[in-house]
Amino acid sequence: MIEARGLVKRFDISAPWLERLLSRRPAQVVHAVDGVSLKIARGRTLALVGESGCGKSTIARLMVGLHRPDAGSAWLDGQDIHATLAGPQGMALRRRMQMIFQDPYASLNPRWRVAEIVAEPLLEHGLAHGADAQARVVELLRGVGLNADDLRKFPHQFSGGQRQRVSIARALATDPEFLVCDEPTSALDVSVQAQVLNLMVDLQAARGLTYLFISHNLAVVRYVADDVGVMYLGRIVEIAPKAMLFAMPRHPYTRMLLGAVPDLRMSGRARTPVQGEVPDPLSPPPGCSFHPRCPLADARCRSERPEVKQIQGIAIACHAVEEGRD
Amino acid sequence: MTAALLQVQDLTVEIPTRRGTLRALDAISFDIAAGEVLGVVGESGAGKSITGAAIIGLLDAPARIAGGRILLDGNRIDDLPPDALRRIRGRQIGAIFQDPLGALNPLHTVGHMLVETIRTHLPLDERQARARAIDLLRQTGIPAPEARMNQYPHEFSGGMRQRVVIALALAAEPRLVIADEPTTALDVSVQAQIIVLLRKVTQAHGAAVLLITHDMGVIAETCDRVAVMYAGRLVEIGPVQEVIHHPAHPYTAGLMASIPDLEDTRARLAQIDGSMPRLNAIPAGCAFHPRCGRADARCATERPELRLCGRTRAACWHPVDPGQREDAAEGSA
Repeated sequence: MIEARGLVKRFDISAPWLERLLSRRPAQVVHAVDGVSLKIARGRTLALVGESGCGKSTIARLMVGLHRPDAGSAWLDGQDIHATLAGPQGMALRRRMQMIFQDPYASLNPRWRVAEIVAEPLLEHGLAHGADAQARVVELLRGVGLNADDLRKFPHQFSGGQRQRVSIARALATDPEFLVCDEPTSALDVSVQAQVLNLMVDLQAARGLTYLFISHNLAVVRYVADDVGVMYLGRIVEIAPKAMLFAMPRHPYTRMLLGAVPDLRMSGRARTPVQGEVPDPLSPPPGCSFHPRCPLADARCRSERPEVKQIQGIAIACHAVEEGRD
Repeated sequence: MTAALLQVQDLTVEIPTRRGTLRALDAISFDIAAGEVLGVVGESGAGKSITGAAIIGLLDAPARIAGGRILLDGNRIDDLPPDALRRIRGRQIGAIFQDPLGALNPLHTVGHMLVETIRTHLPLDERQARARAIDLLRQTGIPAPEARMNQYPHEFSGGMRQRVVIALALAAEPRLVIADEPTTALDVSVQAQIIVLLRKVTQAHGAAVLLITHDMGVIAETCDRVAVMYAGRLVEIGPVQEVIHHPAHPYTAGLMASIPDLEDTRARLAQIDGSMPRLNAIPAGCAFHPRCGRADARCATERPELRLCGRTRAACWHPVDPGQREDAAEGSA
């Protein structure tokens, strides 16, 4: 139902033209997303995990049309998202996909009351008016665990978790099918995170929502996702069903990420020691961009970039796994 | 346990505001033995960072210590004049903060900062101080430390900067290091390395650590004991594995159950309904009682003190019964 084909997004982060000319510096382009393909079936959740700068938020924004791709395309039920949004059917498509952002402090207008915040999509899309809209807003707030008393409040009168509930109510106002959630619980405390994650799982079951869930926290991903994609420097290195990815991570980076998760209950699970840091995305290493940190890297990894291949039911981009060296 | 290095007794911090005085810390007491790592965990606003700031005398005005005592090696440090306190800070107590870039001076080279810190506190000449600085950088896992000495903070990556901050905190061989969310600003793979490093180098230097974090996973991997805070109060303190596996306070139990974990395959996370009260609306009695399934009339009126419950100490009138805790057989000793 949701599909991305070879998405590419580059950002020009060069200094201003004159400054560049004077100091003779070349233009600088960062490949935030570099050829990403993925599929999400209706009613399922695909989680993308990775460290900062890996391009996961850029993918989130590409999928809802907040960025235009430099190459590749994104599809919802056979419609090209970016072409449709630019055309006469744009509003109709926009209604079907919504986004929840990481920071519930920055994503709500501080001068608007909750009633206005949640009603805006209804009015904008002409879905309800006047008293009807008001009734819909109350219903939406109830659906996310808030109540009618909260209508008159401003965002600053809520805690972080409640604000994120307001964001979710707003996102659900247009009755969308596809929700892109960019680190929806990263700014929340753990006990509140549990409330919001449970709410998201309940809403998915009740409304048949499809989620693209962006997170850096593998334990959270394990709880919400059906499939998990691991990203590194703008590319997907492994996508697998959740059970397979956690039971048998194949890509060396996936293993390292899993090894980095603190062992809360001291279960003594096998862990790969972590080394190195994510390189500068401006000058990614040649070949496989993970090779400087990879224990399995050889000459081929240093020169030839691995493509994503289907190996034993998972999609993976790794020469070592492909050659059976892992 | 040998004599405590740091003793905090009934520490109370108040913040006067136009609408009345807020109590950010309410009579908290704990101690840390030499070489021990004590974790302080809690949700935002629980008072973790204020605890650390009060100990090193860096409370932001208008917050002030309104009661209680802080003793380092048996000597009070909470009522010292600023000059005397400054000598203790750095020499006896090192600090590591969340944001490594904010903790470093962007105008000085890393070497300059280290040498200056070392020479301020230790009787070494320039050459010896420099050798010690290089050695510290090497211990914190910075490759090519001689070359790195001449670089500025912006030339370091996030993880490398936090290593420099750790080297700075240890520069004068302090007996206590206060680390406030040292890994929160870092990526997961870097966080794992810094956790291991922090534990390793503080052990090598024999320094005690007060580790403040919201991340129970970091606590589990680093600490000997852990203190759990809620609404400016200490609700439970004990050996880290006991608190994780056999929590006595219902808040700790709820907190532990709400954390998603790689090993668990639960269909649903346990959740504590509601959220922590704001400082201007802390309930009477036990601050947790409105959210607590075990609360009764007494909890709403009478404030519980810390007392021994199994192997941890908890401030609760109705602690989770050891029989009901996970692995009860193991826990009953």
